[in-house]
Amino acid sequence: MNLSVFIPLAVVMALTTWLVRALPFTLFRRKITNARVKAFFDLIPYTVLSAMTFPAILYATGSLPTACAGLAVALILSFCERSLLTVAIGACLATLAATGVMMFIQRG
Amino acid sequence: MAETENDNLKNFDPAASNGGTFHEGLRDGLAIGLGYLSVSFSFGILAVASGLSWWQAGLVSLTNITSAGQVAGVGIMASSGGLIEMMISQIVINLRYSLMAISLSQKTDKSMTSLKRALLAYGLTDEIFGVAASKEHEVGSKYFFGLTVLPVIGWVLGTLLGAILGGIFPDFLTNALAVGIYGMFISIVIPKAKHNRVIMICALISCGISCLFFYVPWLKEHVSSGFAIIIAAVVAALVGVFCFPHGEEAKEAKA
Repeated sequence: MNLSVFIPLAVVMALTTWLVRALPFTLFRRKITNARVKAFFDLIPYTVLSAMTFPAILYATGSLPTACAGLAVALILSFCERSLLTVAIGACLATLAATGVMMFIQRG
Repeated sequence: MAETENDNLKNFDPAASNGGTFHEGLRDGLAIGLGYLSVSFSFGILAVASGLSWWQAGLVSLTNITSAGQVAGVGIMASSGGLIEMMISQIVINLRYSLMAISLSQKTDKSMTSLKRALLAYGLTDEIFGVAASKEHEVGSKYFFGLTVLPVIGWVLGTLLGAILGGIFPDFLTNALAVGIYGMFISIVIPKAKHNRVIMICALISCGISCLFFYVPWLKEHVSSGFAIIIAAVVAALVGVFCFPHGEEAKEAKA
């Protein structure tokens, strides 16, 4: 890509992304004492991750059955409280296995 | 004798129980780094398809460390969009990081000085936040730095690999790798939700609202995915706060 297009856009993009993170993190220092506000911020991580995962995971592979296999294995493993890496790898392997099965069925 | 023992304990304790060590952060970041390696691989392919060279794709990843924002940003670059458009799109899509930054600042210890906050904020991503926020101890600057190292390396390396050899990899392999990142999200939410009813209900509400934005055509057309996540997360958390009198319940789950 032409540098005269790329450089200004890349700089603005990087600065904006950094400021969106750095300004609140640097300026907002005091501990929240209000119980409701505190509860809100305790819940936010889980609601953000939930919204990002669902329904996006269903379309991550381009095929609903293989994505569902990955989702199911991730749910089971994490319900058994396995580690982050175990769940991630398990989900990938399940998706791969399901892809193999799908290929086999489609050929047959 | 008793005093020496006490001193040893004191010397040993702060790093381990306060904000966590660099090493612990590094270890916790490994899974995220591996996950990023696969997700950014897809981004590298996309960036090259949008007209960026391999080093431009790598530079965008190195300076942003965010998936949704980068995909949108590269789209704007491809259409030679305006600087204001770039700025607004990045603010809207990445606004959730502001929420996370405020949330995380409730958990940081004294080692987080202003300068360190400004520098370390660079590495604040959904997954890093998720892991840091779910820690039982406070988050110190060393731990947080350790936590960001491998994900940043994974993110940039994956982008470069995808940009350079993306065409060689078969689709089914990259597709399967893409599920890993969501597996990671799930592994953060489910164990907490299992032990805490409020977190469980809020997570389900958030999924439901997120689905609305995805499946209702009008909403899908008019609300960007970054904004949909913000709305779903905020509404679900508000429901949790106002519909359940025991506001402290969510916090207790961490203890």
